[in-house]
Amino acid sequence: MLDQIPLEHILLLSAALFTIGILAVITKRHAVVVLMGIELIFNAANLNLVAFSRHDPVLMQGQMFSLFVILVAAAEAAVALAIVLRVYQHFKTANLNQIVTKEG
Amino acid sequence: MVSIISSNLTNQVFKNRRIKEKMLFYVFALLAIVSGAYMVLTRNLLYAGFSLLLTLLSVAAIYVLLFADFVAVTQLMVYVGGVLVLILFGIMLSSRVHDKSVMSENVNVGWGITIALLTLVGLSYTIWQAGFSSLPWLQQTDTDVLAGQKSTVQHIGVKLMTDFVLPFEIASLLLLIALMGAAYIATDKQKV
Repeated sequence: MLDQIPLEHILLLSAALFTIGILAVITKRHAVVVLMGIELIFNAANLNLVAFSRHDPVLMQGQMFSLFVILVAAAEAAVALAIVLRVYQHFKTANLNQIVTKEG
Repeated sequence: MVSIISSNLTNQVFKNRRIKEKMLFYVFALLAIVSGAYMVLTRNLLYAGFSLLLTLLSVAAIYVLLFADFVAVTQLMVYVGGVLVLILFGIMLSSRVHDKSVMSENVNVGWGITIALLTLVGLSYTIWQAGFSSLPWLQQTDTDVLAGQKSTVQHIGVKLMTDFVLPFEIASLLLLIALMGAAYIATDKQKV
């Protein structure tokens, strides 16, 4: 326990990645960049799970959970990018503000 | 006497390895944060995609340092090999390079920075105040986290086929449905 990487520093790194993801989701207007921000948020959550799983070497529930999180994130990214491509074909733009104001 | 000297030597080697581990962790943490920040700051979509690649690689390296080798390899294969390629395809297909649409515009910058800063300060303060290191179940674990085994692959494999067999099967079904749905959504109905 003495010489390990401090748990607080891992959690702080995770908080920083989460914040960057939030910033990308709020400030960017291209749909794909918003998706990239969401991926960063997933990674921050996964980092927390793995960090706590280090202290649970027998059950390793954190690592198992993070595996399923990665899997669901992959499924989400595939469907979301397919939707973005359809929206781009329909509206000829992937800018979220322009999509909101355009008529379908 | 000999055993004491050799145990001191092993302790020294162990300590050196710990220090190297810590240094590597800070290097990769810095890399992840800097490339993530560049992803937000740059307006070029392709630069944003490649800096996201760097962030994901650094997070995979940090997983290795946290004794999660299987999760790190999964991160490499699924995120770097799958999701990032999908995102780059999305950028290529949803923007014309000739005009300025490969650049993304920023909106809500003031609100975004305010909310992000508040989130960061709130999370940091909470982590600082919570004192996770003094939790009893975190104190119990010793330094030899893996308990002598070299990798977590066998452990995770056994877990997946015993305790987590139902989530495993449901996950495979979810992936099948999601990929079929994605292919169905993305096809152009007029051309087919």
